Amino acid sequence: MTIEEVQLEIIDEFSFYDDWMDKYGYLIELGNDPESLNPDEKKEKYLIDGCQSRVWLIPEYKDGLISFRGESDAIIVKGLVALLLRVLSNRSPSEIIDADLHFIDDLGLKQNLSPTRSNGLVSMIKQMRLYAVAYKELEEAGTKN
Amino acid sequence: MALDILKIRKDFPILDQKVYGKPLIYFDSAASAQKVLSVLKKEEQLVLEYYGNIHRGAHYMADKATAEFEAVRDSVKNFINARFREEIIFTKGATEGMNLVAFSFGESFINEGDEIILTEMEHHANIVPWQMMAMRRKAVIKVIPFSDDGRLEVEKLDSLITSKTKIIAVAHISNTLGMVNPVKEIIAKAHSHGIKVLVDGAQSVKHFKIDVQDMDADFYSFSSHKMYGPNGVGVLYGKRELLDKMVPYQGGGEMISVVKFEKTTYNSLPYKFEAGTPDITGVIAFGEAVRYLNEMDTDAMISYENSLTCYCMDELKKIKGVIIYGTWKDHSSVISFNIKGIHHYDLAMILDKGGVALRSGRLCADPVMDHYGVSGMLRVSFDVYNTFAEVDSFIVLLKKAIKMLGGAKINE
Repeated sequence: MTIEEVQLEIIDEFSFYDDWMDKYGYLIELGNDPESLNPDEKKEKYLIDGCQSRVWLIPEYKDGLISFRGESDAIIVKGLVALLLRVLSNRSPSEIIDADLHFIDDLGLKQNLSPTRSNGLVSMIKQMRLYAVAYKELEEAGTKN
Repeated sequence: MALDILKIRKDFPILDQKVYGKPLIYFDSAASAQKVLSVLKKEEQLVLEYYGNIHRGAHYMADKATAEFEAVRDSVKNFINARFREEIIFTKGATEGMNLVAFSFGESFINEGDEIILTEMEHHANIVPWQMMAMRRKAVIKVIPFSDDGRLEVEKLDSLITSKTKIIAVAHISNTLGMVNPVKEIIAKAHSHGIKVLVDGAQSVKHFKIDVQDMDADFYSFSSHKMYGPNGVGVLYGKRELLDKMVPYQGGGEMISVVKFEKTTYNSLPYKFEAGTPDITGVIAFGEAVRYLNEMDTDAMISYENSLTCYCMDELKKIKGVIIYGTWKDHSSVISFNIKGIHHYDLAMILDKGGVALRSGRLCADPVMDHYGVSGMLRVSFDVYNTFAEVDSFIVLLKKAIKMLGGAKINE
């Protein structure tokens, strides 16, 4: 599925919930997914610090695709992280760089991405793009050689 | 006399609204109180009818604005019972007042090796300006600790004071713990050693009847926006004899007497510390906030706020896993807490969607977070316009949020 298709799928899933509490309930469910980082993986170099909550993001580059794993100390943020990973993980650097991320806005969760919320999510998206740019440069350097 | 809370709420029209479809419950007045309607009306009247720059115009509007601006100085002087009107310096907020003292007192009285005493529960605004000054003047900062129940360990002050101590800077009420510190006792002790004291009054100016002469504070800094007035306006009270000896904080218009390239002489108090065009509209409108507070039955207001706080505290204590920070008896209308095993930010997000405006995070007091080893807290703060019914709704919603997050494991 393309990034756009995954975003539409997520928007469709959330359309079942018209109440805020239910939307957050679903995010909590996503955040409770047992697949999370081991404590020893939560290293300083993977940490994206925010005033409100912290996010750890670990990239892996293999066969032209970047996969991400991530976690947050706040469960709702972890749910949002899970959604972002679903959209942006296992993508080529170019796909990530060119992605038009609109689903968070469409879900009405945009305020969670405002810089003033400082929950690490804005920095997380920025960091994902930075990794993509770096891996793309690596790719290009590789083809030149 | 019992207060008519519903009538008071009408003076704050912003409170009567829904957010995310839920009635707004504003429990964040310790961050910023809402503005009373008469403040807005005054701003409008001034801007529409007689706005002009103060102290320098030779026309009707400038004269009228100047007279009203200076009248606010008098009402603030009376409000905190200062001795002289020139002891009232208008600033842009409590933070600027603290910066002003740290700079001007520091430049004038603090030398290499001198010591400043702060407390462990200070807001960053009463820590960082002193650190900046200490760097410049090569001074040393010492800290009065607090115990786990939030009580400031004032008995440790004796061992911290030395012949090098020049000033103590202390919050009257902690913005995180809600503790009321014994400033009068601290000031008396400091003065017996010839040490000056700055009191951060941001949280206390509205929650007590402030009498700076009785308190004998050398400096007392506070903000208008925590007392129903405009944001961007604050007051620094300082004893005249001290302010007179201090170098100016900023240079510019108004603060000068004669400017020559060879040498400039400064204006007298209070203008020496009021460089540039001040927030004329803000200060004049602030006068209405002071008037509103003067007309309010202060004792009834304080006792109402205390009863709201006690009620909320009792209800919170019934919740399993609640951790309240600052349980010492001298408490004001601020409660900071966490729920064991649940991240404060998760709770804040859900409460927000339920219409509750509260504060979450590090509360501009990293040392307090470090004291308890937490990454953040939730804080509710009450004002006279809050109701018991709001506390009930908040508790119901909090319980619901805890239930929703019940399966969550804290990862710290």
